[in-house]
Amino acid sequence: MSNLRHFTNGIMRENPTLVLLIGMCPVLAVSTTAINGMGMGIATTFVLTMSNLVISLIKNLVPNKVRIPIFVVVIASFVTIVQMTMEAFVPTLYKALGVFVPLIVVNCIILARAEAFAQKNTVIASILDGLGMGIGFTLALTILGAIREMLGNGSIFNVRFVGENASTILVFILSPGAFIALGYLIAFINRLKGNK
Amino acid sequence: MAKLESNLKTMVLSLFGVCALASGLLGYMNKITEGPIAESKAKAKLEAIQKVVPEFNNNPSEEKYTVQSDLGDLECFPAKKDGQLVGTAISTKTNIAFSGSFSLMVGIKPDGTLINTSVLEHKETPGLGTKMTEPKFKNQFVGKNPGTNKIKVKKDGGEIDAITAATISSRAFCDAIMRAFNAYQKGGQK
Repeated sequence: MSNLRHFTNGIMRENPTLVLLIGMCPVLAVSTTAINGMGMGIATTFVLTMSNLVISLIKNLVPNKVRIPIFVVVIASFVTIVQMTMEAFVPTLYKALGVFVPLIVVNCIILARAEAFAQKNTVIASILDGLGMGIGFTLALTILGAIREMLGNGSIFNVRFVGENASTILVFILSPGAFIALGYLIAFINRLKGNK
Repeated sequence: MAKLESNLKTMVLSLFGVCALASGLLGYMNKITEGPIAESKAKAKLEAIQKVVPEFNNNPSEEKYTVQSDLGDLECFPAKKDGQLVGTAISTKTNIAFSGSFSLMVGIKPDGTLINTSVLEHKETPGLGTKMTEPKFKNQFVGKNPGTNKIKVKKDGGEIDAITAATISSRAFCDAIMRAFNAYQKGGQK
């Protein structure tokens, strides 16, 4: 596969959220608004790219039997860096995402890419794969967040387009709304791809 | 370079190496971000104090003291203008909120009247419980004295209009305010 292919793979053909359906926990939990979804997506993209980079660099120095603990240490370090940076420079977003920032560590997209891709491929390919997967994840989260925010809160990126007292479809802000919106989004993507 | 074999020596060494590097890196990052984090926290606290008490010219964070409540100690920040106490900002919390707990900053005049409130940290439902940060709900408390006014939602026989579809959050809000008021009455007036 060419490098470009590695990059676009994660965005559409193997989009982690909409096609592979992995890493669902943060998707459902933080996609209440477009900005939350985007913040989470960017944080995950950073961790994914950096951990793919480091793991593909050290892949030959990692004995097979202890590879998982080593990968987890690498991932956890980058998550902690993201967490501290966010707390220092974007405290409001950090507050909104709450516990889901440290939980990026256990996001299975990241470990899955380390295990399935980065430890077998070159550094460049791994970076592109991480970036592509991350952007795919960010796009999915932002779209889902935008849908839920528009229907449930009558706003988009915190800009209200309905009146103060207008009633909105509250269920979309609540957890069931995440499932409903995600279900329709996946159905729509499948339709686009022409799947039966 | 060939992949390392999995024997005890390589496993211990590689794991040790990765952990050592990671902790070094994190220590360095911590050093860089420590300052900004402390600064943004202090700023957020000062802003919350400014929101809930009248104008002051002392440093409330320096004169803070704690009062006891059933949920642990509450921090009180006395706001003084030219040495005269104009209000006390009390950092209070509740544990009956929709998603467990949240914390508020409540400004109380020396006679017990509520000045204003500001939400410090919460995990309530976006779009429902989060409406407690909006003036429509918050302003109901301004000027009320919990000694004479009933700070409870109307469903419970009080005077506060609950937020539509977020009665639990509204109830918790009243609970947090009453906690601050009671603690202030008991030992906070200094």
